[in-house]
Amino acid sequence: MNVGIPTEILPRERRVAATPETVAKLRKRGLDVLIQSGAGTESGYSDATYVTAGARIVPDAATLYALADLVLKVRAPTSAEVESLKTGVVLISFIWPAQNKALLEQLAKKQATVLAMDAVPRITRAQRMDALSAMANIAGYRAVLEAANHFDRFLPGQITAAGRAKPAQVLVLGAGVAGLAAIAAARGLGAVVKAFDTRSAVREQVESLGAAFVEFDFKEEGEGQGGYAKEMSAAYLAAEQALIASHAKQSDIVISTALIPGKPAPQLITAEGVAQMQTGSVIVDMAAEQGGNCPLTERDAVVSKQGVTLIGYTDLPSRMARQASDLYAMTIFNLTDSLFDKQNAYRIDLADEIHIGASVLREGQLTWPPPKPVGPVAPPAAKPAPSAAKPAGGHGAGAAAKKSGIGAQLALLVLIALFSLAGIAGPPEFLQHLTVFLLACVVGYHVVWNVTPALHTPLMSVTNAISGIILVGGMVVLGTGAGWAADILAAVAILLAAINVAGGFMVTQRMLRMFRR
Amino acid sequence: MTSDLLGPTRGVAYLAASLLFILSLRGLSTQESARRGNLLGTLGMGLAVLVTAAAVLIGRFAGSESDPAAAASSQTVGLLMAALIGGAAIGAVLASRVAMTSMPELVAILHSFVGAAAVLVGIATYLQPGGDAAHRTIHLVEIYVGILVGAVTFSGSVIAFTKLRGLVGSRPLTLPGRHVLNASIMIGAVVLGAMFLDAPGATGLPYLLAMTGLALLLGLHLVMAIGGGDMPVVVSLLNSYSGWAAAAAGFMLSNDLLIVTGALVGSSGAILSIIMCRAMNRSIWNVIFGGFGAAPKKAGADAGAAAVPVGEIHETNVEGVRDLLLAARKVIIVPGYGMAVAQAQHAVKEISSLLLEKKIQVEYAIHPVAGRLPGHMNVLLAEANVSYEIVKEMEEINEEFPKTDVVMVIGANDIVNPSALDDPGSPIYGMPVLEVWKAAKVIILKRSMSAGYAGIDNPLCYRDNTLMFFGDARKSVTELLTALRA
Repeated sequence: MNVGIPTEILPRERRVAATPETVAKLRKRGLDVLIQSGAGTESGYSDATYVTAGARIVPDAATLYALADLVLKVRAPTSAEVESLKTGVVLISFIWPAQNKALLEQLAKKQATVLAMDAVPRITRAQRMDALSAMANIAGYRAVLEAANHFDRFLPGQITAAGRAKPAQVLVLGAGVAGLAAIAAARGLGAVVKAFDTRSAVREQVESLGAAFVEFDFKEEGEGQGGYAKEMSAAYLAAEQALIASHAKQSDIVISTALIPGKPAPQLITAEGVAQMQTGSVIVDMAAEQGGNCPLTERDAVVSKQGVTLIGYTDLPSRMARQASDLYAMTIFNLTDSLFDKQNAYRIDLADEIHIGASVLREGQLTWPPPKPVGPVAPPAAKPAPSAAKPAGGHGAGAAAKKSGIGAQLALLVLIALFSLAGIAGPPEFLQHLTVFLLACVVGYHVVWNVTPALHTPLMSVTNAISGIILVGGMVVLGTGAGWAADILAAVAILLAAINVAGGFMVTQRMLRMFRR
Repeated sequence: MTSDLLGPTRGVAYLAASLLFILSLRGLSTQESARRGNLLGTLGMGLAVLVTAAAVLIGRFAGSESDPAAAASSQTVGLLMAALIGGAAIGAVLASRVAMTSMPELVAILHSFVGAAAVLVGIATYLQPGGDAAHRTIHLVEIYVGILVGAVTFSGSVIAFTKLRGLVGSRPLTLPGRHVLNASIMIGAVVLGAMFLDAPGATGLPYLLAMTGLALLLGLHLVMAIGGGDMPVVVSLLNSYSGWAAAAAGFMLSNDLLIVTGALVGSSGAILSIIMCRAMNRSIWNVIFGGFGAAPKKAGADAGAAAVPVGEIHETNVEGVRDLLLAARKVIIVPGYGMAVAQAQHAVKEISSLLLEKKIQVEYAIHPVAGRLPGHMNVLLAEANVSYEIVKEMEEINEEFPKTDVVMVIGANDIVNPSALDDPGSPIYGMPVLEVWKAAKVIILKRSMSAGYAGIDNPLCYRDNTLMFFGDARKSVTELLTALRA
């Protein structure tokens, strides 16, 4: 099977879908790899490095597409590119099926099987195929660097002989992967960071990176399916805009990353909001490709409006092409790799959630959107995941305790019945012993529950020593003088119990000496 | 009871000893008061032994039927002293020599001594002449039950000891009709008991001995059927039994001190067993009779076949682990039985101290059933001088994992197995586990890819945020320590 890696033709796109490292991995899978000459140049990989890794170089795209049975790409193909594809080809790239209906129809005519990197389900197992997160991570980082570049002051606060510089205030809108990466990068540069997100569940993640979480108190939860944000009502949006404007006013840099899958980006920063910002502030609108979070943003441009610099780059990952290609190539390799079974035979595994989710066309048949997934992708599992395990465990234990509690109560009743019978039938002395016994059980029960788990071993060895009290029993028997046989037995019992007593107390002492703060 | 001069004194002394034992257990509830608790227990025991010895010497235990002179014969005194001093000496040597990693074995074998002593005391009591006829039956029942419990404790503990020592395989022995076998042993014991009660004078001895044999067999079989992973429960159960055996001896000897103490130990062991079972989310019956790894395993095997973790493992080396640890802000170490086996606790402690010096936050996470004894890991870490303030219980630390950069799992397997939460086909499904996979990175130090004591594969090893660092725990940890120091 020929795997083809074309040069990306979209303007400003500098990434490539395979690196020499992943080429070597594909070769190991028994696949032939064709690289269009110059495909990796922008990412810092020359044709020669690919050849060393075992690829063949083909001179142009036409040759490549004519030979390739499996095409690995970054961007969704243009209509011209689709035309040059072989019939029945397998294509893996970003597709954005919701926005690209025409493209899908055209690919369907080619009887193509298409896996969309952007449709890989967000489940744990698929994390290493998650190109969106990998790219968002880079984009968030780069966005901060772009902002810093256009910002004319220090990011960290400094006190120098020549005066004091206040730390820059950074506001991050949307705490997805990109937002979190931006928070980390801004914090790393020494800025004071605040982050806003409609999903209250991300508060912990924001705070874990050392940023403050901006509270938005409005009764509408913003988490939609698969952990992405969902669209909100108009009143909600107005309240949101007001809140953001009030925070943006005090911010030097705003990184806005808010996206809603398949919809235009929400307008979080209004023109009035921008007007209120201080002169020299910078906004990086990472949603520029989907219309932007600010109406003043211009796509793929840096503009200055009302003293505020607005950056609308849509190619942030490509601005770090080497890093982006390395990560993207690895995710696309991992997905490709999963298409081959142990015998190196290609198949789409219909039992595999990842394949079902990612494949938007199967041999020309539209299979997108996939059937509603059950389980891990559904919001109830996505959001409370961190806490879900705990109550489940706690509840289970509680139920078990309850069950055994009923059993124990039954057993207790039976015991009481037996004991009362024995007490009535037996001598008064027995009844007295029984009383002592039961009271001691109750005392023991209450005392031992308080023992800290760390001391369970010492507890055990001390109770072990104490149970050597049977020693006293042996002595009593010995003292009664019941003949030599009984004496010998009692003496052996004393010997054994004495080992217990001495050994138990001493070893406990040894252990307890070790416990220290 | 004889109304002798020493009687009240002895009674008061016994009462004091009982109270001292209760205070002793109470003292063990916190680290600060634990040593005082042990001291109080020792005092109580000393008091009880002294007073009893005095009573024996003066011969006041002699009942009306026996000859008072015989009681305090020099021969008796000699026997008593020899047994006491000899036993204490042996115990002292054992206690001072044992390695902390061998604590489970020591505790198990000590339990067997109590069991054996209870059996011997029971038989000796039976051999005593007399006892008034009216209360004979109940007295005999007391003896019978005492010996039964003692014998089960004895053979069970011996088997537990051999399993913990590795003399016998830790796999559960599951005979085909094992429940029938257990039941028939119990029925046999009851039948023998009826015959024993019928036998006049001391002629019941053969029945008594036959029952002892059966009980030994029962104890042996019960513990053979329990797997190594359940040893914490078994050991604490046997602890409980040894208490009940002492209490039974108290009944037959009409000795309140024995009854109180036995009951204390018995309930303490029972509670520990319950705590351990809750930690595994299993009922005590399931542990004792489940033959873990047999019946549930079959169901699990079918479902398990589908859920066999697929994917590749990510291996790393000393440098990789070092770099991760040094780059982390918060590290949690999860020790398991493997650390105990490899005696790696000291080297692990060195690593955590080194990280703490570098201002990296380090904590230890202890699963309630880690190791082969309740609290086993705590003792090992304490031995290595790890401050108990950074040693956390499962409930405390499970919330911490998402905020943690690196989790280092050393020789633990089932207690960090995510199948317990998400795979209903897994034999350990429902057991609360340490949710280490929520941390950014998990490093697993492991000898090989072999399964844990529950005999099941661990999907944790295949996760993307998991790195495997293969090798003997001690060797790996020592290498890591060297790398960190460099």
